[in-house]
Amino acid sequence: MFRSVPWQVKCLAIVGFGLLYVPIMVMFIYSFNESKLVSVWAGFSFKWYAALAGNEQLLGALGKSLTIAFWSANLSTIFGMLIAICFVRFGRFRGRLALSLLSSAPLVMPEVVTGLSLLLLFIAMEGLFGWPSGRGIDTIIIAHATFGMCFTAVVIQARLRDMDKDIEEAARDLGARQPYIFLSITLPVIAPAILAGWLLAFTLSFDDLVIASFVSGPGSSTLPIVVFSKVRLGVTPEINAIGSLIILGVSFFVIIASLIYYRSQPKQADR
Amino acid sequence: MLTGFLKHYGRRIVITLPLLWLGVFFLLPLLEILQVSFSEARRGVPPFKPLWEFESGQFFFQGTVENYLLLLDYWEDYFGPVLNSLRLAFISTLICLVFAYPMAWWIARSQPQFRLILLILVLLPFWTSSLVRLYALIGILNTNGFINNALIWLGLIDSPLRMMQTDLSVYLGMVLTYLPLMILPLYASLSRLDDSLVEAAADLGAKSGQIFLTIILPLSLPGVIAGCLLVFIPAVGEFVIPALLGGPDQLMLGKVLWTEFFRNRDWPVASAIAILLLLVVTLPILYARYQDVQEDERETR
Repeated sequence: MFRSVPWQVKCLAIVGFGLLYVPIMVMFIYSFNESKLVSVWAGFSFKWYAALAGNEQLLGALGKSLTIAFWSANLSTIFGMLIAICFVRFGRFRGRLALSLLSSAPLVMPEVVTGLSLLLLFIAMEGLFGWPSGRGIDTIIIAHATFGMCFTAVVIQARLRDMDKDIEEAARDLGARQPYIFLSITLPVIAPAILAGWLLAFTLSFDDLVIASFVSGPGSSTLPIVVFSKVRLGVTPEINAIGSLIILGVSFFVIIASLIYYRSQPKQADR
Repeated sequence: MLTGFLKHYGRRIVITLPLLWLGVFFLLPLLEILQVSFSEARRGVPPFKPLWEFESGQFFFQGTVENYLLLLDYWEDYFGPVLNSLRLAFISTLICLVFAYPMAWWIARSQPQFRLILLILVLLPFWTSSLVRLYALIGILNTNGFINNALIWLGLIDSPLRMMQTDLSVYLGMVLTYLPLMILPLYASLSRLDDSLVEAAADLGAKSGQIFLTIILPLSLPGVIAGCLLVFIPAVGEFVIPALLGGPDQLMLGKVLWTEFFRNRDWPVASAIAILLLLVVTLPILYARYQDVQEDERETR
């Protein structure tokens, strides 16, 4: 009976998908609008894409955001993996409770609090040791890595826990050493989770406005900061263009990634 | 030599590195915020007096509870946003649940290929900038936006409806931003649901409503709880959505903190509000989590 999905459920689901997609569609269509007004259609044009190509402020911010997201995702993934290994492999150890609370608390912290508290820390540290001198890209990377690692830890932990330990045992019995086992067995097995965690951390960083606003300095405005200030000032059709480009870019990667994932699991697909 | 070193200390290093990072960049900042919330505001850089001062061989303590008293004195200005944050976040969570549950159900029960497509459709908005999607929503809801123009063009209304800066626009913004976060844990628990239980109940003559209420819903409850927390927590402290889509009636704590900090440059009061936010959101959830952890440890013992 529940094999087939009742039509009421499907209807609600379709409305849900509509809520997610109608704004994206409208933005995409209006990014080709000739008129500056969002609401009036005045013919097809690439005008706003051309304007975007000449907008150094937006493009510069995009570059900074990508740099920050890349490095904070790397840091998040390394530390997230360490946290995951601690919880899954080390059993009971001193500091387990502390690590457990410290790595889950950032997940339940309001962003404004995280941002403000980190800013206050950076200021206090600057006063004490002169580092970081002022705030910029490095402080944003540190801030993003700090909450990013808590998310990647959760993702990697799940995979590590499900992993078949017998393979590692077999390798150990056959005389493989621990570093070799980790590099040639554990790492490849948890690789999909590492990639997923990295992408998650990247997206969280790329998308973050609030924390970055607190810990950024003059000249280190990220894309969300610039977009937010432009949106507050009023309608800027270039935002439609850059938003559409971001969505196209992300769609491209997500579709490629899921095709690869789908191909790599033929057995599951046949089931 | 390096291998020997790693063998001996490897485990300790693996534990210490993340503990150290989180201690410095998460715990210390919280203590710092607590300290600033008891400091006096002043003009200058930074705009608060240090809590301790060392002068002529003596330490002076110059803390004050004034910032918290201010929150109490103007309690309508601060207590209102507290209630507003909780109300808007709670209702947004419910709306997300209403749409996310059928979506997750549909995804979990569809053919593998179709399931992949639906999952991609859920993940795509999640990976794309929520700020950009909120901006698109403004274009739809504005007085001269998409909906109003369409309705006027159809002759259904004469003057534009006011949809921006209302509860409605805030709810729509929240759903737009947080719906995928609700769907994913729901999907995880619904796809793990054992079909044979449902079939057994159906064979024994249970009606579909009964099956849903007594089998499917209870078994997916962990997913419901996880999803609700994932939505509710960031929604309470939300800044962007009330700032862009809400008006003065949709004041939320996150926005109040932002205004105190960036516009009024009153860092001590902003810190006191942050402590208030922590008391309202984070502490109850961490306490529940702590109890879970302790229970786990008791079981593994």
